[in-house]
Amino acid sequence: MDDNAIVCRCSDLTVKDVRNLIAKGFTTFDELKRISRIGMGPCQGRTCAQLVLRELSIATGKQISELKPGTYRPPVKGIKLGAICECSTGGEVHD
Amino acid sequence: MKYTDVLIIGGGPAGLCAAISAAEAGCKVLLVDRNRSLGGQLVKQTHMFFGSEKQYASVRGIDISKILLNQIHDKENIEILNDTTILGIYEDGVITAESSGIYMKIKVKSTIVATGASEKTLAFPNNDLPGVYGAGAVQTLMNEHGIKPGKNVLMVGAGNIGLIVSYQLLQAGVKVAAIIDAAPNIGGYLVHASKVRRSGVPIYTRHTVKQAYGKDELKGATIHKLDENWNPIEGTEMDLDIDVMCIAVGLSPLCELLWQAGCEMKYMNELGGYVPLRNERMETSIPGIFVAGDVGGVEEASSAMVEGYLAGINAAQSIGHTVCNIEEKKKDLHDQLHALRSGPVGTKIREGITQLQTVLEAAASSSL
Repeated sequence: MDDNAIVCRCSDLTVKDVRNLIAKGFTTFDELKRISRIGMGPCQGRTCAQLVLRELSIATGKQISELKPGTYRPPVKGIKLGAICECSTGGEVHD
Repeated sequence: MKYTDVLIIGGGPAGLCAAISAAEAGCKVLLVDRNRSLGGQLVKQTHMFFGSEKQYASVRGIDISKILLNQIHDKENIEILNDTTILGIYEDGVITAESSGIYMKIKVKSTIVATGASEKTLAFPNNDLPGVYGAGAVQTLMNEHGIKPGKNVLMVGAGNIGLIVSYQLLQAGVKVAAIIDAAPNIGGYLVHASKVRRSGVPIYTRHTVKQAYGKDELKGATIHKLDENWNPIEGTEMDLDIDVMCIAVGLSPLCELLWQAGCEMKYMNELGGYVPLRNERMETSIPGIFVAGDVGGVEEASSAMVEGYLAGINAAQSIGHTVCNIEEKKKDLHDQLHALRSGPVGTKIREGITQLQTVLEAAASSSL
């Protein structure tokens, strides 16, 4: 597989980028996420996680079942701060 | 804060059936879906379903969704929120959502997660060119929005989705240059494969994409053959003059809400990726959180519907509601699932699910 194939469309990371980071010692999904923002864009890992886990599996020799995807936190998609402010400052559905 | 007995996240086949059965048991039901209308992927299934009579075999998917939606609209205790995305499930049981731009909080007695699955992607050079799509996305474009994706298509994946979407492309007057699959055999039903072969579309097994090319849009692709160890064989390259590539290499369960909620998860290749442990009642390791459909393991719409009915009835029962002959009804649903999973493909799925149930039961008994 060519190294310039895109793995993370949100932050524009290629297979090569991911492999270089793994070679530097970032060998869990969460470590890769913190150093590169992979999995933190609009897709929240829905597109890239499976490809990243495969690369991690090949590089570390561990089965994918032994690897963990990143930590999932709310919100699952982008939301305007204004909407949260409105909710916290009252209204019938807000308490 | 909005209050309800049962919150159902996702209005596809599983979620619709869960809403029907929870409402029949007398629960106040809130059914949310991120799209503007309900039905999930059923609305773009223009082909007739297999399965058994109870799951509307030989009815087209789009008509099944109409039948289910009529039942939903007949029930006064089901509230529907379209254009609503559940954003988070918090430790104190509060669930947050964005509903048409408004942020809101929901408090529920029981939750059924029926979020379905998303399409898997492939990494190959120029996989980010416009013209490279998920096969499901192309099906949505064509069958829901009436838009032809292009003129000549390479389908990557010979599972049921790849085969069915290929046939529907042909029906729409789009040429399918080839269907390829990295596996040595066709993964989908042979009846679908025969149909596209009779229409003159070649199916190349043990083939994968070497690269796509084009500058501003997809202009073509090179495919090559794989050996028994999945390594490309030199000299087997084939160039295809295509303007659309559909990726149909499987689905993975959309379970981020379950991760957030702290449900025990397990990686099961045969079920599409990480899936929640669950018991026979479709309840996860977190009491009050149930699953139904592809989010609990990728299968197909018929079993998603039965799982939906089961999850709905069990979620209702867990908060003190019941229907007459409840145990008989549940047994009947389990029998239906068993029948749907009786083929060779189903056996693998059944074994996977049994494993999820066993692990959860073992965990439950060790904590006693």
